[in-house]
Amino acid sequence: MGKMKKVHIVIISGILLLIALVMYWLNLGVWKNTVLITTTFIAGWSIANKAIQSARMKAFSIELLVTIAVIGALMIGEYVESAAVTFLFIFGAYLEARTLEKTRSSLKTLIDMAPLEATVLKDGERVILPVEEIKQGDHILIQSGEKIAIDGKIVSGKALINEATITGESVPAAKNIDDLVFSGTIIDNGYIEVEAQKVGDDTAFAKIIELVEEAQEAKAKTQKFLERFANLYTPAIIILSIIVFIITHNIELAITFLVIACPGALVISAPVSLVAGIGNGARNGTLIKGGEVMENFAKVNAVVFDKTGTLTEGKPSVTNIKSFGMDEEALLKITAEAELISEHHLGQTIVKEAKDRGVSLTNEATDFTVEKGHGLYATVASNKVVIGNRKLLSKNNISLDMSIDQFAIQEEKNGNTAIFVGVNNKVAGIISIADQVRQEAVDTIRQLKAAGVEQTIMLTGDNKHTAEKVAAQLGIDTVFAEMLPEDKVNHIKRLQNEGYRVAMVGDGINDAPAIALADVGLAMGAAGTDVAMETADVVLMSDKLNRIPYAYSLAKATIRNMKQNMFFAIVAVSLLLVGVLVGKVFLASGMLIHELSVLIVILNAIRLVRYKQRNK
Amino acid sequence: MSKVQYQLEPLTCPSCIKKIEGALGKMIGVQDAKVLFNSSKVKVSFNKDQVTSEELQEIIEKLGYPVISAKIA
Repeated sequence: MGKMKKVHIVIISGILLLIALVMYWLNLGVWKNTVLITTTFIAGWSIANKAIQSARMKAFSIELLVTIAVIGALMIGEYVESAAVTFLFIFGAYLEARTLEKTRSSLKTLIDMAPLEATVLKDGERVILPVEEIKQGDHILIQSGEKIAIDGKIVSGKALINEATITGESVPAAKNIDDLVFSGTIIDNGYIEVEAQKVGDDTAFAKIIELVEEAQEAKAKTQKFLERFANLYTPAIIILSIIVFIITHNIELAITFLVIACPGALVISAPVSLVAGIGNGARNGTLIKGGEVMENFAKVNAVVFDKTGTLTEGKPSVTNIKSFGMDEEALLKITAEAELISEHHLGQTIVKEAKDRGVSLTNEATDFTVEKGHGLYATVASNKVVIGNRKLLSKNNISLDMSIDQFAIQEEKNGNTAIFVGVNNKVAGIISIADQVRQEAVDTIRQLKAAGVEQTIMLTGDNKHTAEKVAAQLGIDTVFAEMLPEDKVNHIKRLQNEGYRVAMVGDGINDAPAIALADVGLAMGAAGTDVAMETADVVLMSDKLNRIPYAYSLAKATIRNMKQNMFFAIVAVSLLLVGVLVGKVFLASGMLIHELSVLIVILNAIRLVRYKQRNK
Repeated sequence: MSKVQYQLEPLTCPSCIKKIEGALGKMIGVQDAKVLFNSSKVKVSFNKDQVTSEELQEIIEKLGYPVISAKIA
C-alpha cells in the first residue's frame, strides 16, 4: 500500500462505495456489506497508519479519533457509516491538500522562475553549466528570452530586462554596462555578458524566497491565540464527550461528538489567509514579514515618509549657482573641492556638477569636519570654507545680507535646497539643488487616504520652504522640516503617544532607527540591499511608491479574510456540535459538513491569491 | 555542523509539525529541526559524525511523509 498514491485510494474507495450503492438497489445485502467492509479497510488503512505513527510519537491526532470511531462502527455493524466516514475523511484530506497548494501557489510560481542552468564563458568557450557550478567572477552570457541565473554586473551589451520576479514591476527596465542584474529576472530583448557577483543562496532572489518562507511561518497574534485555544479545546472536548457518554450511555453519540468537534477548520483558518496574502505580496514585489506584521499594518492609520529618495526621485541636480564677489566657476570649484571626500548626497551632487562642467579639481581639502545635519568645514588652498545651511553660517558669525537671504528664500520656495557657501568668513555664494518629486507620489497619498490612513506626515532634513512646497504638491497633511535623524525618531514616538499606529517609509539605510521604532517599518527599493531587507517589516523591492498602498490594502484584505474564516469556522463547529447533541447530525453527515467547512475556509483564502488592488 | 533541507509533499495538518520536529529532535546528533509548514520543508542542522542525512530522511519517511528532494548545504 505504501507505494500507492493517495489519489488512487480515494478513487478506488469512491468506486467501491458506488458499487455498494448499486448492490443496495439490487437488494444484494450480503455482497453490499462485503464491499462496504472492503471500502472501510482500503480507505481506513492509511488513516489507521497515521494514527499509530502519531500515537508512537505521543501526539494526539484526529486520525486516532476516526480510527476509534470506525472500529466502533464496524463492531456494531454500521458498515455504511464506517465506509462513508473513511472515504469522506481521505477524500477531504486529498481535496484539502490540493486546495492548500493553491493558497501556496504564489511562492511556488516564484520558485519555478529560478533557472537551472546558464551559459558560462570558460577560457573563451561557451559551456552550459548547472547553476550550482557557477562561481563568483564567472562570466555568463544571456540572450533574449533567457532567465538570469546569478546576481551580477553587466560587462558588455545591453538589454531590456523584466524584473517582475524581484520588483513586481512588469514594465521592463533598460540596463547597460555596469548596471546590476538579478537572478530570476528575464531578458525581454537584448544580449548581455554578466560577471557573477552573487551565486546560489546568496542572490537577492534566493534571499527573497527564504524571507517569504520564513514570513509564512511567522505567526500572527490571532493565530497564536487560536493555537492556545486549540490546546485547551481538544482536552475540553474529550472531557465533554465523556460527560455525554455518562449522561446518555450512548457510545456512538460520544464518539461522533469527539470526531466532529475536531477543530480542523478553526486551526487552518488563520494560516491559510496569511499564507495566501503573503504569497500575493511576494509575487507583486512587496514582502510582508509574517502574520503579526500583517495585523499591525492593517491597523496603521498614520504614515510617515522620509522625503529624499522616498517621495522624491533621490537624484538631485544643481539647478542654479549664484556667486557673490567671485567667479561662478571659481565658487563651484572651491565648493566641489571641499565636498570631494564628503559622503553626503548633496555634496556629491555638487562634485558631479563640477565634473560635468569640466572644472578640474586640483586642490585637496584639509581639516575636513562634518557638522551632522548642517554641513561641513574644510580648508581648501588655505581658504577657510564653510558649506551648509543658514544655521551653520550664523553659527560661524557669517552675516547674510537681506538681499542674499531673499534670493535664497525665493530659490527654496521654488522647491530648491539652497546650499550656502562661506569663504574666509564671508558669504561667497548659493548653490541651488533640486530633487524631482516622483510622479506616482500624488496618487500614492490619495490611495492611502482612501484606504483608511488618517494622517500623512513628511519628515525631512531639508529646509522649510522646499518641504512645504513638496507637501502641498502631494497633499501631505503635516510637514516637519530641518530634521536631524534623532528628530525623526522623536516624531514617531510622539505620534505613537498620541495613539496613532505608525508606519514609517524610508530607504531602509539612513532611516533605519525610525523604521525600527515605527509599528510597521517599510523599506523601499530594497532589492539587493541586505540591510534593508533584514531590518524592515515590509520590504518593497522596487522603488515604486504605488507598492505602498498596494501592500496596505493587501494587509487589510488579508486580515479581513482571516477574520471571516475564523468566524465561519467557529459557527460551523458550534452548529455541528449542537446538531450532534440534539441528534440531527450523525457521524457520516457530520464528517461531510466538517470537511466542507474546511474546504470553504481554504477556498475563501484562495481569493487572496488572486487579489488585485482596485484603482480608486 | 551540517545543514540539510528536505522538500516534502504538501503538509496539510499543523499537527505534522510537532510530529516531525519531535521525532528528529530526539535523534542523537541532531542540533535543531524545524518544519516550515506552509512551504512543506524540513530544515535540520546536525553533526555528520553522529548521524547522516539519509538516516534523517528515513525517519521522516517512516513517519509517513515522503521526501521529494533533499538539499545539503
